[in-house]
Amino acid sequence: MAQRQPVLVGNGQGFWGDSVLGPVRLVNEGPLHYLTLDYLAEVTMSIMQKQRARNPKAGYATDFVTMVERVLPRCIDQGIKIVANAGGVNAAACAEAVAEVARKQGVSVKIGIVEGDDIMGQLDELMAGGEEFRNLDNDEPLKNHLDKLQSANVYLGAQPIVDALAQGADIVITGRATDPSLVVAPLMYEFGWDINDHDKIAAATVAGHILECGTQSTGGNFDGWRDVPDMARIGYPVCEAYPDGTFVITKQDGTGGLVSTDTVTAQLLYELGDPHAYLTPDVTADFSTIELEQEGPNRVRVHGIKGHAPTSTYKVSMAYSDGYKVLGELTCTGPDAAEKARFTAELLFARLELDGTSYDDAQKTIEIVGTNTACFPGMVPPADSYEVIMRVGLREYDKRKANRFGGELASLLLSGPPGLTGFAAGRPRASEVIGYWPALLTKEKVSATVSITEVRA
Amino acid sequence: MSKTVRLDQVAYGRSGDKGDDSNVGIWARTPAGYEVLERELTPARVKAHFAGIMTGEVTRYELPRLRALNFILGHSLAGGGSGSVRTDAQGKAHARGLLFMEIEVPDDFEV
Repeated sequence: MAQRQPVLVGNGQGFWGDSVLGPVRLVNEGPLHYLTLDYLAEVTMSIMQKQRARNPKAGYATDFVTMVERVLPRCIDQGIKIVANAGGVNAAACAEAVAEVARKQGVSVKIGIVEGDDIMGQLDELMAGGEEFRNLDNDEPLKNHLDKLQSANVYLGAQPIVDALAQGADIVITGRATDPSLVVAPLMYEFGWDINDHDKIAAATVAGHILECGTQSTGGNFDGWRDVPDMARIGYPVCEAYPDGTFVITKQDGTGGLVSTDTVTAQLLYELGDPHAYLTPDVTADFSTIELEQEGPNRVRVHGIKGHAPTSTYKVSMAYSDGYKVLGELTCTGPDAAEKARFTAELLFARLELDGTSYDDAQKTIEIVGTNTACFPGMVPPADSYEVIMRVGLREYDKRKANRFGGELASLLLSGPPGLTGFAAGRPRASEVIGYWPALLTKEKVSATVSITEVRA
Repeated sequence: MSKTVRLDQVAYGRSGDKGDDSNVGIWARTPAGYEVLERELTPARVKAHFAGIMTGEVTRYELPRLRALNFILGHSLAGGGSGSVRTDAQGKAHARGLLFMEIEVPDDFEV
């Protein structure tokens, strides 16, 4: 075991598409021991699945490879290890791309690959054995949708990442690992914690939750935004962890942003369900036990966290083909802009109906952006604005019908009320909807695997 | 005696998605504010506030050590995930929406 105290873990990526500046600055501005990167939102797995279907060497977070290119020599030099769920649905291809970067740069590196999360190939066998994969949201069994299924991945926990670190990995690439486990694993490895030490694993899980969305804990997306200094150079969160399970959330010196009990609370509440039972494969953490203390500028001490044994199941994230959607927008200007926008939306559907194309009302979405109807219908009196956006969307299982909609949008500029503009995006086209199917699977039926790819300069 | 203030004078918020549900976390700026939140933000009032966008139920969880309440707004994302065509398919604006709510605070409550 390494013996660094405290252990510094920074997260530089909140989702696939986050700024590359985060990880690069965490590494360059230091000090840091572990760089974690979270690339996988639920929707992201669906996107990667589509990419792998087109190209067997794709399906991972390509941004990760670009990022590694910029920081690898310094990481190896400083002993900074990288843990990322950048593997998406193709961890092996991701590792190969990283190995290629190391070869080009003449850097020696050990890359750990965690797999076993992809259970697509075992589904028939598992279902024959009695697993129903009932949808956690509506209790429907999977068998009715099996023909449209595109991917099935288990959310793995920290242990296989710990195993990869113990085998000497400098970089660990996982597929669908649970976000907080990326932080739990380095602390288990460094402090020699057992996975059954529930309070400590719960504490590390809370640290992981605070870090997992990057700058959302350092002043980003925060109501006190006017008081956040130097937001352009906002620092990424760093967890300063101690062997007793307590930790301090901070950010590197000289960076912008703010770490306060309020910015940390904001992230603790983000995407939170039942706070008494925050479930991961590693532990059941009780968020109601969390105590925060501002111990200095940009330093929040976190302690008191209790945990319980994890559940006997893994969460499974499945993606299935679920029809199409299409979306069109026009900007409506001048007096009575909102009234004209509503009129225009109705006109659009009336024209389509004249041509024999009608849609189920429940599948239509009409929003007049600028009148507070988009997000808060009925909550706030509509603003009297001279420009609003008519935003019209459709869900449709028939692709031809979905595409027919886009063909009538542009002509409204010539055949609708006055002042319509903003057709810059061109004719809207239908895009495939990937449905999300959450389910559970007994842990014993899944085996995570760890392998190491070594590049010697 | 009491006075009416807007929730954002008393609390902060953050929201996000969980499938077709959203969660709205609200926390008080001061310890006294938490008592106000507990009293004023009943699940029934929150449900009425979001009636225009949700079809499910509101569940409320309390986190007194963080001076926070966590609300789950059932079926508030018109399908959620990649299927919803709403602007705010991930409920990121729902906290802003709740912070517009008008609530009663004691006359001597400082905002």
